[in-house]
Amino acid sequence: MPDTPPHPSAIVCRGLTLRYGAERLFDNLSLTIPGGEWTCILGPSGVGKTSLLRLFAGLGGGGSAAGEVHAGDGGTLAGRVAYMAQNDLLLPWLSVLDNVLLGARLRGARRDAARARTLLAEVGLAERAGDRPAALSGGMRQRAALARTLMEDCPIVLMDEPFSGLDAITRHRLQELAATILSGRTVVLVTHDPLEALRLGRHIHVLSGQPVRMDQPLRPSGEPPRDLADPVLLALQATLLSRLSGSGEGVS
Amino acid sequence: MTLTRILLPLAGLLLLWQGIVALTAVPPYILPPPARVASALVQQHALILGHALTTAVEILLGLLIGTLLGALAATSLAYFPPARRWLLPLLVVSQAIPVFALAPILVLWLGYGLASKVAMAVLIIFFPVVATFYDGLRRTEPGWIDLAATMQASRWAVLRHVRVPGALPAFASGLRVATAVAPIGAVVGEWVGSSAGLGYLMLHANGRMQTDLMFAALATLAVLALLLYVAVDRALRRALPWQPDTATPLP
Repeated sequence: MPDTPPHPSAIVCRGLTLRYGAERLFDNLSLTIPGGEWTCILGPSGVGKTSLLRLFAGLGGGGSAAGEVHAGDGGTLAGRVAYMAQNDLLLPWLSVLDNVLLGARLRGARRDAARARTLLAEVGLAERAGDRPAALSGGMRQRAALARTLMEDCPIVLMDEPFSGLDAITRHRLQELAATILSGRTVVLVTHDPLEALRLGRHIHVLSGQPVRMDQPLRPSGEPPRDLADPVLLALQATLLSRLSGSGEGVS
Repeated sequence: MTLTRILLPLAGLLLLWQGIVALTAVPPYILPPPARVASALVQQHALILGHALTTAVEILLGLLIGTLLGALAATSLAYFPPARRWLLPLLVVSQAIPVFALAPILVLWLGYGLASKVAMAVLIIFFPVVATFYDGLRRTEPGWIDLAATMQASRWAVLRHVRVPGALPAFASGLRVATAVAPIGAVVGEWVGSSAGLGYLMLHANGRMQTDLMFAALATLAVLALLLYVAVDRALRRALPWQPDTATPLP
């Protein structure tokens, strides 16, 4: 790691340990997620990608955790993190607009409907603000979830396979949208798709083993979202696949 | 279409009833013919409606109080572990005692008036509401809770904005069951001791061999229960428009 102090919105982990009964998922794991950039995390099923993301988000997972997780400026991550899961997690009884405003509603804060509408327009859902989630397609629902994530206006965004349930075209469009509107934020994206990681990630980590080992990150050149037709990217995909196949039986 | 679906089986039932009366020549004090029951309904409509009003008030009050108490108990069970440890076994045991056995005690304690019947209805309504709402509150989508936690939501805010709305479909199921069984509580209470209500009228008519009036009161009770159920069901559907109804296109 360079000697310069980490970005204020970097995520710094020191001596992270996570146990589920006798199983040690992380043992004294230390890493720094660079601030203001996209970091993608790949790894075989069950290796601990989601557990790591949940620890960043301050969510308990049933195991016993120890160690230190803080922001680059030494402060806590609480209140600075927005979370986007594989499932859109839209509340079915609220309209799309009210779902985007959920954070303010839950905190009892003032609801900025004008900003929520602007964000919905940004994700192409201006006309659907009054609809309930059931009336939307899978891609639209994930776009609404993205607008909700943006509404939180947090410097750190944690994404757990948010595009995995979508068809190829919708996924491609949403990746592009997310890369554009989340640029400048610290984004940690857990994905099972090496190409998605190569398209979006400034730093790509492959997790492997038990307890987890983290290899040196892969750093593709060029600005994300990258062109998938780039032969360099395809060569890097082969590298990632070989790292993944060396790290476990299957890629989740 | 709905009316046809109700009227057609009803007409079939009346025909069968009339057929049995005609074929067996059963005396009218055992089984009066439908025409005689209809005549009792028309001739004594003021009397029947008066008693029906009493029963309706008992059922509605029981439903209101039972639902409120049930919802409160379910929330306590879901949110306070000591309440769960102490209240849950008590609730289960309370269901093992038949309501019929409690009716005389309630009449003794609360008198022959409205209170003992409402208490009976509350007792019968309480359990389905508690059981279903508590179940709904326990089974909130974990992802919603995680999302709320990352949004710095307080426990109260999660209950109010996530857990309770998420449990409403389960609560609605309990309320539908409660609505269907509520008349039982009120009528049993009236049988044990009262001076008004359809249960009282049935018992009174039975003692005087006025079987036609008894049947007329029974038919009125059935219509009352049906109307109440339809009203509650419609209100719940309107209140929960987001709840998917997948029953219509059965595979």
